[in-house]
Amino acid sequence: MDFAIRTEKVGRVYKIRGSKKSEPRELVALHDVDLQIEHGELFGLLGPNGAGKTTLIKILTTLLAPSKGKAWVAGFDVAKEPEKVRPTINMVSGGEASGYGLLTVRENLWMFSQFYGLDSGEANRRIKQLLDIVGMGDRLNTKSSDLSTGLRQKMNIVRGFLTDPQVLFLDEPTLGLDVGAARDVRKFIRQWVDADSARTILLTTHYMVEADELCDRVAIINQGRVLACDTPAKLKHRLRSDAIFQLEVSPLNGFGVKTLESLPGVKKVVHQEIDGGARLEFILAEEPVLGAVVSSLTASNIRIMNLHKNEPTLEDVFVDLVGSSMAEVEGSSVGSDQ
Amino acid sequence: MTSAQWSVGEGHVKKTSGWRLFLKTIIARAYPRVIGQQREKSWMFFDVLLPMLAVSAYVFVYRAIGAPEEYIGFVVVGGAMTAFWLNVLWSMSSQLYWEKEQGNLSLYIIAPNSLMAILLGMALGGMLATALRAAAILILGSLLFNVQFAVVSFLQLFTVFLLAMVALYGLGMMSASLFLLLSREAWHIANLAQEPVYLVSGFYFPIKNLSFWVAAAASIIPLTLGLDAMRQLVFPSGPALGFLSVSIELAVLVILCLVFLTGARFLLAYMERLAIREGRLTESRR
Repeated sequence: MDFAIRTEKVGRVYKIRGSKKSEPRELVALHDVDLQIEHGELFGLLGPNGAGKTTLIKILTTLLAPSKGKAWVAGFDVAKEPEKVRPTINMVSGGEASGYGLLTVRENLWMFSQFYGLDSGEANRRIKQLLDIVGMGDRLNTKSSDLSTGLRQKMNIVRGFLTDPQVLFLDEPTLGLDVGAARDVRKFIRQWVDADSARTILLTTHYMVEADELCDRVAIINQGRVLACDTPAKLKHRLRSDAIFQLEVSPLNGFGVKTLESLPGVKKVVHQEIDGGARLEFILAEEPVLGAVVSSLTASNIRIMNLHKNEPTLEDVFVDLVGSSMAEVEGSSVGSDQ
Repeated sequence: MTSAQWSVGEGHVKKTSGWRLFLKTIIARAYPRVIGQQREKSWMFFDVLLPMLAVSAYVFVYRAIGAPEEYIGFVVVGGAMTAFWLNVLWSMSSQLYWEKEQGNLSLYIIAPNSLMAILLGMALGGMLATALRAAAILILGSLLFNVQFAVVSFLQLFTVFLLAMVALYGLGMMSASLFLLLSREAWHIANLAQEPVYLVSGFYFPIKNLSFWVAAAASIIPLTLGLDAMRQLVFPSGPALGFLSVSIELAVLVILCLVFLTGARFLLAYMERLAIREGRLTESRR
């Protein structure tokens, strides 16, 4: 079958140079990644910072050679045929500061359109049309250095769509945007891909809601490995037999979460300090296990202030696969995304 | 915003390729340099008035020691050509490093254009923008210090200038490829190259005053011979103070053009492959 994107056992190892005397240290950023993304799909790569999402995007956009394995975009080998891959793709990264501040929005977008060979008049017409769609029609002649973060990101998004790529790579496209701007950008992305079945988007995010809301399929990635890949609904369905509860309790005062984890039927516990106490999220094998949990807490003089039964979310799927929440993984990881 | 709106004019956008794409890329990348100069007027102070101070210092020293009056003209022409050297050093050689830091480089690479066209665009834009600065220094210096020109051949003068520019920006493109793999050291190397080149290229004195071998070695920088030949063509005593004859200098400049442009092409392709392999197109820290 013809896929928009396909990877086969793709791996990438970085050599990190320390001092001149020491041997370079190896960092495995990607490990045997196998993906098959169909034409017309909006595919999400979900994982914490440092999971390897950006490394995979760099390989697929011909910016980085894989250390092992093979990858194809629009049917072309990214390592052997980069000149055939490039006319079919474009990329937008969250928080990017590309372009030149002295140029206006229109001039910056026109410049990038010329690198793809668009006719100048056609490029200007499309720029105006796309800026109108994202609500920036009145910013055509504003210097890009005068734009707010949100408007700048919308300009970047327009740059990505301007050349009408077959495959568009969006690397954390809503990073740093306020709620309203992020919602607009998500709506924009979804409608673009829905308008033509030949268009494909690979989007990386570490926002669970974004992946859940936007993507047709999601691959959960951590420490360079793809842990699961399916539709958001099917991923959550994996936890359907589990019972997920959230408890807000009085301060734990040294009471170990491990005690709770050791109870029969308790699959995972995520602990978070909050004002005046703690929030505990439990993934239990079945509902009756909650009784043992409550008993254990009350026996240790911990008061239960609030109790919710939650429907499974992608966050719960991540916790189930990795053993800790994405925030915990990001908190414990050293360095940024590769 | 609806899906229907998206469909208007979307899909199957006509795109050119080959030499048309190459030309479009050159013009598009030259554009920010040319337009930027019009919008950032501070160049008049930093790039015209400040270099004029250095020119004035040399003029007053030469007048104080009773040097031949032609030396004043040499300094003014040298001061004007300094603008091109600074442009090549700071806006060509280290430019790919800055583009990498800014996030533009990865967008240039993933586009179907040639990186060579991007570099040519930078060179063309830089050359056009700097020509205005150089002309301003030349006119201001000539008026202030009453410099008299006696051009022997405008055609030869134009040819020398053009060849010197092509070779100089070719050198800039070649070093930009080398700088691609550098991180912050690019800044230091550019700093390191600035002053010594002022000396060995004879910006403010005839290169003949250096020993033959030093002048010959300095001729690898195209402005050395370009400047020497231009001085010979615009000042009556120029030929007497010239390093080599104009025809030899022209021939060497042609060779330098070929070497630097060809070198830039191959080096750029090699460095791009190396940077993709090592992951240094978007990351400076490895």
